Amino acid sequence: MKKINNVNVIFNYNTIFMKKSILPPIQTQLSSTFSRSFHSSPTPHSPFKPSSISLSQNTTHNTNNATTKKDDEIPSGPTQKMNLFTAINNAMDIALKSDPKSVVCGEDVGFGGVFRCSVDLRSKHGAHRVFNTPLCEQGIIGFAIGMAAMGCTPIAEIQFADYIFPAFDQIVNEAAKYRYRAGGQFNVGGLTIRTPYGAVGHGGLYHSQSPEAYFCHTPGLKVVVPTSPIQAKGLLLASIRDPNPVLFFEPKWLYRSAVEEVPIEDYMIPLGKARIVREGEDITVVGWGAQMNVLAQACQRAEEKLGIKCELIDLRTLAPWDVETVENSVKKTGRLLISHEAPKTGGFAAEIASTIQERCFLHLESPIQRVCGYDTPFPLIFEKFYVPDHLKNYEAIKYSVEF
Amino acid sequence: MMSSKFTRLSTTASSSLRGCLGSKTNIPSITTFSRGFASKSKKEDQNAGGKIKIEFKPFEVYRCDAPENFAYTDKAELLDFFTLMSRMRRMEVVSDQLYKQKLIRGFCHLYNGQEAVAAGMEAASLKTDPVITAYRDHGWMVARGASPAETLAELMMKATGCSRGKGGSMHMFHIPSFYGGHGIVGAQTPLGAGIAFALKYRGQKEVCWTYYGDGAANQGQLFEAYNMAKLWSLPCVFVCENNHYAMGTSTGRASADLNYFERAHFIPGIKVDGMNVLAVKKAGEFVADYVRSGKGPFVMEMDTYRYVGHSMSDPGTTYRTRDEVSAIRAERDPIEKVRHLLLQNNLATEEELKQIENAARKEMDDAMEFATKSPFPDDKEVFTHIYSKDVPTRSVETPTVVS
Repeated sequence: MKKINNVNVIFNYNTIFMKKSILPPIQTQLSSTFSRSFHSSPTPHSPFKPSSISLSQNTTHNTNNATTKKDDEIPSGPTQKMNLFTAINNAMDIALKSDPKSVVCGEDVGFGGVFRCSVDLRSKHGAHRVFNTPLCEQGIIGFAIGMAAMGCTPIAEIQFADYIFPAFDQIVNEAAKYRYRAGGQFNVGGLTIRTPYGAVGHGGLYHSQSPEAYFCHTPGLKVVVPTSPIQAKGLLLASIRDPNPVLFFEPKWLYRSAVEEVPIEDYMIPLGKARIVREGEDITVVGWGAQMNVLAQACQRAEEKLGIKCELIDLRTLAPWDVETVENSVKKTGRLLISHEAPKTGGFAAEIASTIQERCFLHLESPIQRVCGYDTPFPLIFEKFYVPDHLKNYEAIKYSVEF
Repeated sequence: MMSSKFTRLSTTASSSLRGCLGSKTNIPSITTFSRGFASKSKKEDQNAGGKIKIEFKPFEVYRCDAPENFAYTDKAELLDFFTLMSRMRRMEVVSDQLYKQKLIRGFCHLYNGQEAVAAGMEAASLKTDPVITAYRDHGWMVARGASPAETLAELMMKATGCSRGKGGSMHMFHIPSFYGGHGIVGAQTPLGAGIAFALKYRGQKEVCWTYYGDGAANQGQLFEAYNMAKLWSLPCVFVCENNHYAMGTSTGRASADLNYFERAHFIPGIKVDGMNVLAVKKAGEFVADYVRSGKGPFVMEMDTYRYVGHSMSDPGTTYRTRDEVSAIRAERDPIEKVRHLLLQNNLATEEELKQIENAARKEMDDAMEFATKSPFPDDKEVFTHIYSKDVPTRSVETPTVVS
């Protein structure tokens, strides 16, 4: 166990500012706001053995401050209970109100969208600002790029991230390179592409993919992945207003199941900054999006069973990612685990692992762990077997600490 | 007395099932229906000459002469159509029930109302003609001669399914000539052009029937396929199943030109009443003759309708009225149309038709039993069929626990 100097600094910061968080500790939030546990116990017809952990919805949380991080980025005004799609809807509503050059376009967004993210926007802001496109992803994104080049703020939706590939050329070859090839004369910074990603329990090959790595590999783009309603609203507003093209991947699993008291005012969360969700000194655990809940469960289990104190970091922005926060954490703990649903080979964990070993080589006490999806297409019937669940992560934490 | 339409399935389907599963699996004898269309089966209880003339809406054509808008049919053919469409309808009703019971997972797109397209086109084409379609494919499996048992087993993700449980509802395939079963809208159309190229290259007489919907009609890749098909005079027929809604967007709000049969402006086209199985067959035969004689590709538009939502996740009522759905169901239902023809012309009694429906019900019940009793695929199947031979997947390195 290492002595942590930084933690004291953080505590002093909080004491100096005498800020009382209006939010309950993050851990309780995560565990109590999900209407069912992340991987629910199998139906009678499931071939998989039930996990030996039963995850109670109201985990009595250890109120030791060392394990929570107060969030100074969130305003303390009046809040409203919102789930993820409502928070995103709220963010788009605010964006449309505050920026007269903004539009929301995509397949079926007019009636509210297949996940209800754009409900009522058309009636509030007009059909000329919230409109359906034909079924043509390449066309939708190319069209949005053109609008952005003229200084508008298009918020284009791709109905499922699995369908983003016809638009891949437009995103990578047009949007990402626009500013560079024009020497700064033109840019498409107003462009934001929103798309639901990730496992949903039964999505199969084409409703479950996590394609973030393909876009992180393209300089010129920003890639943002929120993990909860409060984060999503702030990050989406920041993404829309960021002067660079941003891809905003929304974890579809959490659209209904994540519920929080979200501030109703206009607020933004800075891009490019990670958030330390839980502090610890034994191992740094990094993730994003829906995987954060899985990692929280794994960290909780590791603490309860083995007394391992994990430092859990939500990366939030993958491109550009907050190298400094992760590096500082690993220099403190000496161990790193990264987890994502996307296949392991070439997944974004590989980038993080590689950078950290470059910067923290002599600080590392064990090999960097990557707990990811297997190198297979996202399966249908095998989903529970495929996903990097809390038990796989727990095993990896244990392995790393005991190395 | 109705000539028996029940024959014991001996050759194709069961041997292909055995081929998939190996000799050890015990497959029940599956009673199916012969695919005896009018020209082959014997006739009983005939009117003089045995045939009746049925007129239908004139065809709209583009760059070609229209076939006559009537067809001669007889009891045997009409009973065959009635049987096939009843079986397809029953398949979808059962799939609906099973999905609601969560025995079918994933995304499930039903074909209720569109049966005449598959049934009529089956009658017009050769059994060896390749067919490729999108995800609304359960009806196609039945039409192409696959057994409901393997189709239902695939829907329930069992190892005895046509795709070994790894594809699910959207990825049905059937050797030798049903090429699936595709999730990404429009992506199957260049594939269809490629299949047609191979047919021409190999000097085969078959024609490739490439199906897509009104949503896919606005995909860029479809136009690329049109161009290649015409340029190289490929035996490819592009068939647009226009059910007027792409998920929740009606054709009027998505397409600048609603005449889908004219959209490939350098390829001849025909528009067909897709709810009238005899019209579909007539048009199909006309187009098959044209294409098989080496004159190049053709575009067909089937004016059809789906009573259900886009998928089981869509109630189908937020973007259209219930009155619209029930009106079409009352006036244009393909199965009712054939029933009406049979009864009005005294070609069959209510009793005979009831027997056929009961037989379809029984067939699906047997299929359901077979599928329910089948095992799920083994976990290690998640790693098979990624490459042609087993390539070791690195990601199966779960860390061993250090004791």
